[in-house]
Amino acid sequence: MNNTSLDDTIAISLSVNGTNVSARVSPRGSLVDFLRHGLGLTGSHVGCEHGVCGACNVIVEGRVVRGCLMLAVQADGAQITTIDSMSPDRYVLALQQAFYERAALQCGFCTSGMILQAAELLRRNETPTREEIRDALSGNYCRCTGYHAIVDAVQTASHALNATPSGNRLPG
Amino acid sequence: MKPARFEYARPTNLVDALILLRDHRDDAAILSGGQSLVPMMNLRVASPQIVIDINSIPDMDEIAIDGSTLQIGARSRHNDVLRSKLVQQHAPLLSMALQNVAHEAIRNRGTLGGSLALADPAAEMPACMVCLGAEIVLRSADGSRSVAAADFFRGIYDTALEPDELITSIRIPVFSADWRFVFHEIARRHGDFALAGLAFGRQYNGEIVQDCRAVFLGVEAFPRRLIEIEQAFIGTNLNDRGTIEKADQLLASSLDCLEGGEYPTEYRLHLAQQLLVRCDSEAFDENRR
Ligand SMILES: Cc1cc2nc3c(=O)[nH]c(=O)nc-3n(C[C@H](O)[C@H](O)[C@H](O)COP(=O)(O)OP(=O)(O)OC[C@H]3O[C@@H](n4cnc5c(N)ncnc54)[C@H](O)[C@@H]3O)c2cc1C
Ligand code: FES
Ligand code: FES
Repeated sequence: MNNTSLDDTIAISLSVNGTNVSARVSPRGSLVDFLRHGLGLTGSHVGCEHGVCGACNVIVEGRVVRGCLMLAVQADGAQITTIDSMSPDRYVLALQQAFYERAALQCGFCTSGMILQAAELLRRNETPTREEIRDALSGNYCRCTGYHAIVDAVQTASHALNATPSGNRLPG
Repeated sequence: MKPARFEYARPTNLVDALILLRDHRDDAAILSGGQSLVPMMNLRVASPQIVIDINSIPDMDEIAIDGSTLQIGARSRHNDVLRSKLVQQHAPLLSMALQNVAHEAIRNRGTLGGSLALADPAAEMPACMVCLGAEIVLRSADGSRSVAAADFFRGIYDTALEPDELITSIRIPVFSADWRFVFHEIARRHGDFALAGLAFGRQYNGEIVQDCRAVFLGVEAFPRRLIEIEQAFIGTNLNDRGTIEKADQLLASSLDCLEGGEYPTEYRLHLAQQLLVRCDSEAFDENRR
C-alpha cells in the first residue's frame, strides 16, 4: 500500500522510451507534465487538460492514452513511450513523411498526438477507409488544417506501407 | 487546470481499498480509468481529500462466462470489453454500443464500472445494463450486495451506491438465440457524448414479437425500460408497419424528456422517435444479434 499525506511526494520508477527513470512526484501532477517538465520530453503537448483534444497522447504499456488524464504517480512501474523516441517506428516514419507531403500540419501543436493515434490505427488495420480514419482520429482536435489533409496523409501513409514489405524501414 | 491537492492511496487488495473507503466515505474518490474523475479534478468540479487508486487490485478486470451469466470485472477497460470475443458472442449489444463510447485513447483507460458509477444520463453503458437486466455487484467493508441495474440508476449522476461501496463486477444474463438487439445513437461527432441513443431488443417466434426491451439514453434523467413502448411491440408481426407508427406516437406521452440545456424538450422527443424508427427497421436483420 502506498499512502501519503498532502505535501508528500512519492517515489516512482518507470521506463520511458527504453530508459529506466526514478523520480519523486507530487500525487496531483499529471503524467504529461512530468514527461515534459521532469524529463524534458516536450514532444507530447498540453492543450485542454481534460481529455478532449488529444495533444497529450502518450503510449502506456503499448496503448495510446491521454497523458493529461493519468497521474504521474500512476505510471510507477509502467513502460512509457513518447513521440520523442518514435521516429524509427515503421508506422510513425511513414506518417511523418505523409504529413509532410500532404501538408497535414500548420502550427504542429496537434501533430504528435495525431501521429500516435494514427499509428495505433495502422498497426491494427493497415488499410483503413477514410471513414475509419476519421473515427480513429475523432478524439484529436486540430485548430489549423480542417482535418482533410490529415485524413489524406493517413491514407498516403497506408498506401506507402502497403507498397513496402512489413519489417523493412521505408527509405528515408 | 491542475487538481487541488489530495492524498493518494494505491491499495494492492480489495479489503484495504474497502477499509480506506469506509474510513473516508464522501471525502474519498475511487480512481478507476480516471477519464471522468481526472477531468473533474482538473476543472476543480471535484476535489476529493483522498484518491483511492484501484488499478493495482488484482482480478478486477476479468471477463468470464459463468453458466448463463456473463461476468465483467468493474475495472475492465472499454476497449477490452469492446474487443472481447465473449462479449461479442454473449452480449453483442455492448459491442455495438461501445463503438460509440468516447475515442480510442479514452477507451484504452475508461472502465465499465467507472461509467456505471458516474451515471451520466447520456452515457451508453448504463442504458445497456438496464436493457439487458444486468446485476451490479457492490462491496463494502461490511459485506456485499447485488443491485438490479433498473434500481441502480436514480437520477442525473445519482445511483444506489453508498459512500463506502465499490462496484466490483457486473453480471449480465445471456439471452437466448431468438433475441435480436440493436443500438443507435445520435451525436454531433463520433465519440462525443450522445444527444440521444436507444438500446433496443426483440425476441421473435417466427415473425411474431414475443418480448421487447427499449431503453433510451440522453433523453430522460436516467435510463429505464419503457414498458408501454415494449408492450406496443409485443404480440405484433414484424412485417406490420403500423406498429412503429403507434409506438412512435406513444413516446410523446411515455417520455419525461430532460429540460434545459442546449436542446429543447421537443427536440429530444424528435430524436427519440427517429431512433425508435431506426432500431425498428434494423432489428429484424438476421445478420445481427
Ligand atoms: C473526451 C471524452 C469523451 C467521452 N465520451 C464518452 C461517451 O461518449 N460516452 C460515455 O459513456 N463516456 C464518455 N466519456 C467518459 C468515459 O467513458 C469514462 O471513462 C467513464 O465515464 C468513467 O469511467 P472511468 O473508469 O474513467 O472512471 P473514473 O473517472 O475513474 O471515475 C468516475 C467516477 O466513478 C467513480 N468510480 C469509478 N470506479 C468505481 C467503482 N468501481 N466503484 C465505485 N465508484 C467508482 C469515481 O470515484 C468517480 O466518481 C468520455 C470521456 C472523455 C474524456
Ligand atoms: S491536453 Fe490531454 S486531451 Fe487535451
Ligand atoms: S496543425 Fe495546428 S492544431 Fe493541428
